[in-house]
Amino acid sequence: MKEHSRFTHRVSAPIRSLTHRFAFLGLVIAAFALMLIGKADVVMMERFRSQVTDSVAPILDMISRPVATANEVISKVRVLTEIRHENESLRLDKERLLHWQTVARKLEAENKALRAQLNFVPGPVASYVTARVIADTGGAFAHSLLLNIGVRPGVNKGQAVVTGDGLIGRVAGVGDRSTRVLLITDLNSRIPVLIEATRTRAILAGNNTNRPRLIHLPPGATVSPGDRIVTSGHGGAFPVGLPVGLVDAVNDGGISVQPFVPRDRLEYVRVLDYGLKGILDEDKIGSEVLKD
Amino acid sequence: MKPVFWSRLDTTARRLTPFGLTVLLVLINVLPLQMPGFARVMPLLPLMSIYLWAVHHPNLMPAYAVFLIGLLQDTLTGTPLGVNVMAYLIVYGTVVWQRRFLVGKSFAVIWVGFSLVGAGAMVITWLLISSYHSVLASPDAMAFQYLLSLGVFPLLSWLFMRWQQAFLSHL
Repeated sequence: MKEHSRFTHRVSAPIRSLTHRFAFLGLVIAAFALMLIGKADVVMMERFRSQVTDSVAPILDMISRPVATANEVISKVRVLTEIRHENESLRLDKERLLHWQTVARKLEAENKALRAQLNFVPGPVASYVTARVIADTGGAFAHSLLLNIGVRPGVNKGQAVVTGDGLIGRVAGVGDRSTRVLLITDLNSRIPVLIEATRTRAILAGNNTNRPRLIHLPPGATVSPGDRIVTSGHGGAFPVGLPVGLVDAVNDGGISVQPFVPRDRLEYVRVLDYGLKGILDEDKIGSEVLKD
Repeated sequence: MKPVFWSRLDTTARRLTPFGLTVLLVLINVLPLQMPGFARVMPLLPLMSIYLWAVHHPNLMPAYAVFLIGLLQDTLTGTPLGVNVMAYLIVYGTVVWQRRFLVGKSFAVIWVGFSLVGAGAMVITWLLISSYHSVLASPDAMAFQYLLSLGVFPLLSWLFMRWQQAFLSHL
């Protein structure tokens, strides 16, 4: 009996270690295959991704709520300690804003009159869907958010996602219960923008840091720190004039932009629907390819 | 009959906890904590978990579990699918292969082991991401992430040790 078990052990142990080794190798090859497939068939991978995120979205939604509550309490305490100072600055702001309000009213009236004279065709009016951020994912290698809304009218791939402060990114994928937002700081993000004062066109390219860069400026364009950057509406993906950020530094390494919206303060965001088709109209691209 | 069934169920549940805990850490890793600058340098909790279980209980953390954890991490974080899978599998494979240098050693040795393996994983991830997108990803956030992970490692290690003593001691 003892002999027998020793024999089986002697035979089975190397076989087992061999199968383990092969299984491990198989998994490594599978990981490589996944990367290759991801590069080749983006649509399929995206579907898979949204299915997985859909299934964990309720869990994320649940566990992100206590975190949000804790943050709220902390920020309330912080506000209480600074309330006197804040009141003072708000009073000053109010005076300044009242002045701007009169200026804006005057300009609005003037604008209306001029538009009437020119027979101006106004751009599309936005409707929006508000959603809660349930995951801030990525770390050092990718910058994206997950929202707790799924497929519904007004939420489509390519749409702009904003807060009150400005643009934060675009919808990269929509599932049944979750939506992925690619932030403007992500390595894959390219947004057509304008330098507001000079109307110079450029592309805002994310680079996985907190400071995306301006690229593809026309030769001879002048940019200086402090210039406001807004979306240009070129390519039809975004409407014109969504605030994006301020030029932070201009040097040999390029032009870096500081976004208006700090990534770490995002709790609720809005998905804007201007009824624009966008540069990412994949169904159309697919059907055109088929036609050819 | 019944007691056997329940004790089996109990054992299975206990055996699944390393996997379950690691999945939980993946989810915690993507929570919107709203701390300034933290999202970019979030410590690599799942990587630590895989390392620790590979050192202490590789039979409770099989390679396919590591594969699934990496896949979940990739899907949630938006990195190309397969990148974290590859990094985690290589960490797991290396640790299981060189386990005799780590098992039963002092905590300092295990910590140093993690610092080496973690650095390797970061470099692999960086290489894979950079070649996937054909651009050089910026390494500064990665360096902070690594250092923060080294700092958090003792805490997680202690928690897992307690967990092991409480639930897995007789397995």
